[in-house]
Amino acid sequence: MNDLLVADSVSKSFGNFKALNEVSIAVPKGSIFGLLGPNGAGKTTLIRIINQITMPDEGTVQLDGQPLKSEHIRDIGYLPEERGLYKSMKVGEQALYLAQLKGMSKSEAKSRLKYWFDKLEIGDWWNKKIQELSKGQAQKIQFVVTVLHRPKLLIFDEPFSGFDPINANLIKDEILQLREEGATVIFSTHRMESVEELCDHIALIHKSNKILDGKLNDIKRQFKTNTFEVGLQSNNSASVIAEIKEKFEVLPATFKNLNDDIKLNVKIDQTTSSNDLLSFLASKAEVHHFVEVIPTANDIFIQTVKNN
Amino acid sequence: MNHLPLIIKREYLTKVKNKSFIIMTFLSPLIMIALIAVVAYLSQLNNDKKRTITILDESGFLKDVFQNTDNTTYNNLDDFSLEEAITLVKETNGYGLLHVTKVDSLNEVSKNIKFYSEETPSLTLISGIESRIERHLRDKKLQKDGVSLAQIEAAKTNVDIAQESFDGQKSSKLDNVIKLAFGGIAGYLLFMFIIIYGNMIMRSVIEEKTSRIIEVIISSVKPIQLMMGKIIGTSLAGVTQFAIWVILGGVLMVVVSAIFGIDLAQASAPQQELMNQAMQAEGAQAIAENLINGINNLPILNLVIAFVFFFIGGYLLYSSLYAAIGAAVDNETDTQQFMLPILMPLILAVYVGVFTVIEDPHGTVSTVFSFIPFTSPVVMLMRIPFGVPLWQQGLSLLLLIGTFMFAVWFAAKIYRVGILMYGKKPTYKELFKWLKY
Repeated sequence: MNDLLVADSVSKSFGNFKALNEVSIAVPKGSIFGLLGPNGAGKTTLIRIINQITMPDEGTVQLDGQPLKSEHIRDIGYLPEERGLYKSMKVGEQALYLAQLKGMSKSEAKSRLKYWFDKLEIGDWWNKKIQELSKGQAQKIQFVVTVLHRPKLLIFDEPFSGFDPINANLIKDEILQLREEGATVIFSTHRMESVEELCDHIALIHKSNKILDGKLNDIKRQFKTNTFEVGLQSNNSASVIAEIKEKFEVLPATFKNLNDDIKLNVKIDQTTSSNDLLSFLASKAEVHHFVEVIPTANDIFIQTVKNN
Repeated sequence: MNHLPLIIKREYLTKVKNKSFIIMTFLSPLIMIALIAVVAYLSQLNNDKKRTITILDESGFLKDVFQNTDNTTYNNLDDFSLEEAITLVKETNGYGLLHVTKVDSLNEVSKNIKFYSEETPSLTLISGIESRIERHLRDKKLQKDGVSLAQIEAAKTNVDIAQESFDGQKSSKLDNVIKLAFGGIAGYLLFMFIIIYGNMIMRSVIEEKTSRIIEVIISSVKPIQLMMGKIIGTSLAGVTQFAIWVILGGVLMVVVSAIFGIDLAQASAPQQELMNQAMQAEGAQAIAENLINGINNLPILNLVIAFVFFFIGGYLLYSSLYAAIGAAVDNETDTQQFMLPILMPLILAVYVGVFTVIEDPHGTVSTVFSFIPFTSPVVMLMRIPFGVPLWQQGLSLLLLIGTFMFAVWFAAKIYRVGILMYGKKPTYKELFKWLKY
């Protein structure tokens, strides 16, 4: 069994509104799985079903090969998008309470908390109330509480919102380290640059349907257009461009580099290899820049959502 | 996983450690006692005021009717005209002037008495004077007809009808008062408890919503566990507060009355003078005996057990509804539209209890309302001191428990959906839809 979490044709309706329509995902063990989609697509509903906050109307969810049951609560750490803490409760008491709700013993929770508070250098907050902390500081506490009980599955819904870049990086590193230690991460966001950085698998949900999923690299390969960014130098730019345009489909390019005369996006068909293109270009002008255009997660996201 | 004890503990501790809760707990009895002490002190001042009442009796029939008391001095005038007497009273700052016109026969006296005063005299004063004159005139008339004073004394009768139920239980009028007091206190206590701590539960649910912690919590515990934990935790905090109020209030009462020498119990009986008059005949010892008898006659065991069950049942029923309201709205101002349907039956229950149960504890209205679950806790608690058959109590309790379970199911549904709904002020129609999610 390589998948930690398998959701199979999960549907959920609220009244007449279908929030999820037969959505299936499989989250491999040890992966960072990006759950993407526009606002209101149904991501949060799916996450809530995984957390057993709501029950699916149809379909099943399995964790580690077993149907979801209440014991699994302690195997999951969930950082919801709508997050907060008891404002008038002290940091330490609150963290202990939340840890105990996840099934940890008080002494175990205490020593784990000490470890994390030392690691994030927030030990002196123990007796402060949440309302005395800044938003970013409270978020740190929230992060610690989420990962404290060493869950197999971590679910982060927009984890970086509310963090400054330094703390966002800190949290990102912690997430990566937790994955190293064996945790599987589901990561819901619409910030595509963090998807690019972190995720190895993604699923795209749009209007209650899953419209795309798989390994990020596979998907990128699937979405590549065989287009190459080309930067050339030649004394006779106009004729070179005309010759290229005759043989290939050419689009304007906007990449940055030092003083190239000719900047083009050249698209080749299936029968042509990149080497063919390169040798053709080399024969006409001096090649300074030759890069395959790889679609970014952002491109894929926008393109797929628009097409549906 | 059962997290109920953990949640109860947190809810209890946060409530109890809350500053305003602590302040209210200790300040309320102080304020109450201070208020009572001030009222008692003021009314004592009032009583202490010395009054001089001047009497100008031109008829001569009312000689020796009035004897000086601690507070009132009676001053008889002779050979004054009415104008002179009024001027005199004014100048000497007397309280008032009682004037009897010169009449020939005893029969005409009653129609020719007037009281002149600066301010309107108090009702007790006038009725006191009236009853004394009435008694005096009656005695005089009887004496004129040849009845001796001894015979008049002998004719005075005090009737106190002894009451006994068919199965031989004795009771008296005083018993009824005691029963009413017991039922009234129990019903009122429940009413106050529901309103104060129901609101507290509602606020704490809203707080969890506004602080956005709710989703973190319910990814660990079932909403119904959270709700029950909240209700029980808050109730325990409420019981703690109530207990402190009662103990502290009692101690303070004793201390204050010892220090200032004020009889606080008297302050609560403004018509004390009248009461005293009415009770004079019976004698203090008889009253005390009756009181003890009355309390002994109460179905104490039944009362205590019923109180515990109806109190818990009624409180839980209402507080689960309060929790549901808290879950359905985003902030306290939005609660108004849902509060009315909760408060209505509660207020109705108190009205039925106060007006109908006193009139006829076993009448149709009282009986019916003591079965309807939303009013039964208050009404039944008020009826029980008058003796309610056990099967009625049992049936009513069963209905209450059934409704309570339904209410918890209903509240849990609303709660489960509502706590994750933000930014919308729900309508009743939407609430109904939530039940089907």
